[in-house]
Parts: sequence; structure tokens; C-alpha cells
Amino acid sequence: PTILSYFIFFQQRIEIHKLRQGDNLILGFSIGGGIDQDPTQNPFSEDKTDKGIYVTRVTEGGPAEVAGLQIGDKIMQVNGWDMTMVTHDQARKRLTKRNEEVVRLLVTRQSLQKAVQQSMMS
Amino acid sequence: MSAAMDTESTYSGYSHYSGHSKKAHRQGRDRHKSPRSKDGSRSEKSVTIQTPPAEPLLGNDASRAEEGQDDNWGETTTAITGTSEHSISQEDIARISKDLEDSVGLDCKRYLGLTVAAVLGLLVFLTPIAFILLPQILWRDDLEPCGTVCEGLFISVAFKLLILLIGTWALFFRQPKADLPRVFVFRALLLVLIFLFVFSYWLFYGVRILDSKDTNYQGIVQYAVSLVDALLFIHYLAIVLLELRQLQPMFTVKVVRSTDGESRYYSLGHLSIQRAALVVLENYYRDFTVYNPALLTASKSRAAKHMAGLKVYNVDGPGNNVSGQSRAMIAAAARRRDSSHNELYYEEADHERRVRKRRARLVVAVEEAFTHIKRLQAEEQQKAPGETMDPREAAQAIFPSMARALQKYLRTTRQQQYHSMESILQHLSFCITNNMTPKAFLERYLNPGPTLQYDKDRWFSKQWTLVSEEAVTSGLQDGTVFVLKCLDFSLVVNVKKIPFIKLSEEFIDPKSHKFVLRLQSETSV
Repeated sequence: PTILSYFIFFQQRIEIHKLRQGDNLILGFSIGGGIDQDPTQNPFSEDKTDKGIYVTRVTEGGPAEVAGLQIGDKIMQVNGWDMTMVTHDQARKRLTKRNEEVVRLLVTRQSLQKAVQQSMMS
Repeated sequence: MSAAMDTESTYSGYSHYSGHSKKAHRQGRDRHKSPRSKDGSRSEKSVTIQTPPAEPLLGNDASRAEEGQDDNWGETTTAITGTSEHSISQEDIARISKDLEDSVGLDCKRYLGLTVAAVLGLLVFLTPIAFILLPQILWRDDLEPCGTVCEGLFISVAFKLLILLIGTWALFFRQPKADLPRVFVFRALLLVLIFLFVFSYWLFYGVRILDSKDTNYQGIVQYAVSLVDALLFIHYLAIVLLELRQLQPMFTVKVVRSTDGESRYYSLGHLSIQRAALVVLENYYRDFTVYNPALLTASKSRAAKHMAGLKVYNVDGPGNNVSGQSRAMIAAAARRRDSSHNELYYEEADHERRVRKRRARLVVAVEEAFTHIKRLQAEEQQKAPGETMDPREAAQAIFPSMARALQKYLRTTRQQQYHSMESILQHLSFCITNNMTPKAFLERYLNPGPTLQYDKDRWFSKQWTLVSEEAVTSGLQDGTVFVLKCLDFSLVVNVKKIPFIKLSEEFIDPKSHKFVLRLQSETSV
């Protein structure tokens, strides 16, 4: 059973409702990473060659925090679009589409993985 | 600073031979510095030798010889006596007899080889001349007259012979610098080739020309010219085989001295083992520091102490299991918790400090001594004729002020037998003559130099033996090992082939060097 934990990526689905602020719709977090960025500077990734999109900041009380997004999460999908192999700008665009009010994110989190492994081993 | 450092006694290996404790022994050594009780304490030391009988004779002789030389020139500037009362040890006798018997045999062989080569060379040189002259002498009247072409060939023969003579002189007539155990294979082959070649020419000449009394003189002269041409080509072959082939480096050779592990690397080409040994020895005299037996006594006494003090008792009954006993001893010695490593560490640290202190004193003393001398310029030389000294006198004048410090330093670094007072004075006057600074004067004494720097009596390495598992005329191969032995130590030579290098090229367009900043943006959404 412990071997299985290495192959299952535990993921969480998070639904964020965008907040309207003036003319913009904001989500309340910041992203870093992308295939055109330097992966070694990413403080949240376990593997320093991982060029995925990570959540670097979550504003307090914002829609992201309310929905359960945490700092350090890796965003795998946004509304079904893959985010593991996109440039930084493409990621930004997919998150800030003007005609979408709700974004459904698929995130994975290190703490989540470790919790699952521990529970499987005990 | 502890009093021990300031005493005149030096730590020497033979202190282990006595059974006294270290402290008592230091006092013992101080006692025997005064000439009166010298003999008394010496005999005291020789009686208490108890450890392995490996070299009591050598140790005692060396120590006696040291003491005979040491005490004289530092304190009083009297002349040194070369040896002490016990002048020749067993080793010296062995060395002398070996020198005598070997020199006779090898010289005969060398001279034989030289005479054969010289006779052959002379014969070969005179052959074309003989070819040309013999018809003139024997059947002059029948010969066709020699036209212009024929006479032109005379000039050509003359110059080619001259070139051959110069070339042979340059290549072969050199002072032999060494005596090798076996003949050079290539030289022997060349001599045989030349002999056969000339022999076959003579044969042809004798049968077709002399017997039939050929009248075509031009043909005969052309035959002689062809012989000289062929000899020039053989000379070219000799250059390639004997000189050029060995120039390109093919092997890297590691030479390690067996007594202290000093090692060097050399690059060699395609040589036979004996010639490689020759190259190694020539470089040995220049590159390796001089062999100093006084530096080895410390490790020998440590080794002796390690196995001493263990005795095997056979409790179970009679049985002469020697190897079992030795193994038991080795195991017991390994398990014993001895603190000899501690001793070594502190000993070495102490020695290092002492050497540095003596060295500092020496450098200061020499610098001060050199300030007493001033070189006179040409104009000043006429002004004070009475007080001028030549370099030798100047050296003698300033020597006493540095003699003591120098002697103490040499004794601490165990170099005292390599430098006699006379040699030091000579070196000092040499340095003064050539305007050298004190540091340049000291360079010779501060570090042990290569063997060539010292007097031939102190070399310990004049007669060498080549020990090899393969024939010494066979060429070097990867993995060949041979040993060059002399009486006191040996040089182990290990041959490795230089690896085959695959070099490929890569062209970089100078315009292709472009750079970009590392991105790490963070966008808020």
C-alpha cells in the first residue's frame, strides 16, 4: 500500500468566484512559474525542474482564500485547460478571461500528499 | 620556550638503541659533547643495544663518523678530519671490490665494439675510392679515355664522400656517456646491413669487373657513385632508426625511489629498456633530491619498536609451527594499543618547530655577515691598497660569524655530512664574487638539492644494476616494470602508455554568443 502513494497525486478541486472591483474581475492570488521562467527560483516546488504554475501569494479575505486556495499550491488545470505546460503569460490569460465569473481549479499540494501517505502507512 | 629547544643536542634515531628513558638519554648526549667523556659514553651506548640486529654496525659507524666530523668546525675553525678512527666499514669494502671487478670486464666489451665499428667504417669509406682507382692501377692501358661526364662523376663522388664523412662524424663519433649491459640492437643491425651491402658490392665488382677487366671506365665510375648514394641512404636510415624514432613521446614513466618514496614522471619515446633506464638515470641525478641515509633512521627505529617486546610461548607442546607463530605475533601487534602515532605526531611537530627556529637564526646571521663586506669599485681600488681582499679572503673573514648558526642548522636537518667547511668557504667566495644576496647563498643549504650538486663521494649511487623480467633490449611496453638498483636503494620504474587521444572539432560562430536574463515574474490575478 505504501508504494501506491507515490503514483497517486492527490488533488483538490477549488471553485473560486471572481470578485468585481471596478472594471476588473480579481481572484485574489498571485502566480509564479511557467515554461519560460526559471524553475530553480521557485520556493514552493519540491522538484527544482518543475516548470508548473504555483500560487505564490494569497490575499487575505480574497475570493481565493475563501475558496480554500493556499500558498504553494500547484495549479494543474483551470476550467479544464492544462496548466502544467504553459508560459507565464498564457497562464495569466487563462485565469483572467473577462467572460468567466467562476474558475474551477485543480490544485495539488505537498502537505496534502504527505497527509495521505501518512494515513496510508498507519 | 622550553629549555629543550635551546640545547645543542639534536634528536637522532640511535637514541632508541639504548635502554634508558628519553630524559636520561638527553643528559647522556649532553655529557658526551665534551671531548673528555666521549669515548666513555660511546662505549656505554654500544653495550646496551638490544633491538633487532639488522644494522648495529652501520648505525654505529654512521654515528661515529658524524661525531668525528661535527664538532670541529663550528666552534673552532680548525680543519676537519675526513673520517673517524674506524675508517672503512664492511660496506665500503664491498663497494670498492665491486667497482674493481666490474670496470675491467665492461671496458673490454666496449672497446671491442668500437674497434669493429671503426674498422668497418674505414673499409666502407675507402671502398668507392678503391673501385675507382683499381682499374687505373691494374689495366690502365686498356681503359677507355675518361670523358667530361666521367670527370663530372669524380667531383660528385668526392663531395658525396665528404658529406658522408661529416654526417657519420656528427652521428656516430660522440663521447659514449654510458656503459650499457647489452648491445644496441639497432646499431648492430645497421652494422650488419652495411657489411652485407658492401660485401655484395665487392663481390659483384670482383666477379664482373676485376676478372673480366671491363674497359668501360665510365660504367665503373658510375658503379662507384651508386655505392656512395646507397651509403648516404643507409646513413639516412641510421638517423631515422637511432635518433628520430625515439623523439616522439609514447610512454609516461613513473620513477619511485624505494627508500623515501620520492617520485617523478618522465616522457619517453620508443626506447629499449636499457636506453630508457639510461634516460631515467640521467634525469635522476638532476631531479631527485640527494639520498640521505640519516633521514631514514627514525622510521626504521619505529618499525623495530613495533614488533619488539612480543614473545610467543608454545604452551600446548612441541611443535615448530613458524608461520603460525608469526601470524600470532602480527595479530597481537596489530591489536596492541600502542601510541606510536602520537609519538610520531609530536615528534614531527617538534622537529618542524626546531628547524624553523634554527633557520630563522641562520638567515639573520648570514644577512648580518654579508653586511660586513662591500665591493670596491674600480676607482676606489687604488685608494686603499692595503686593506683590499680577494674573494677567498673576504669569505674567510666573514665565515666565523655565521659558521655556528649554519652548523646547527645543518645538523638539525641532517645535512652536515654533505657540506664540509672547505666547500662552504668555496661557495661563499663564489657568491661574493658574483654579487649574490644572502638568500642566494643560503639556497644551497636550506633545502636538499639534486645529487649533482654534491661532491661525488657523497652520492651513494654510482654503480647501477638494471633488474628486469624481460630482456633489456626489448622495447618498452605498457605495464613494463624494471628496477634500477644501487647498493643502498633502488629506483622502481613503471611504464604507462600515453593514451590514444581522440580529438574532434567543434566550430562556434562568434555571433552565437547570446544571453538572456533569468525570469522569475509573479503576476497577481
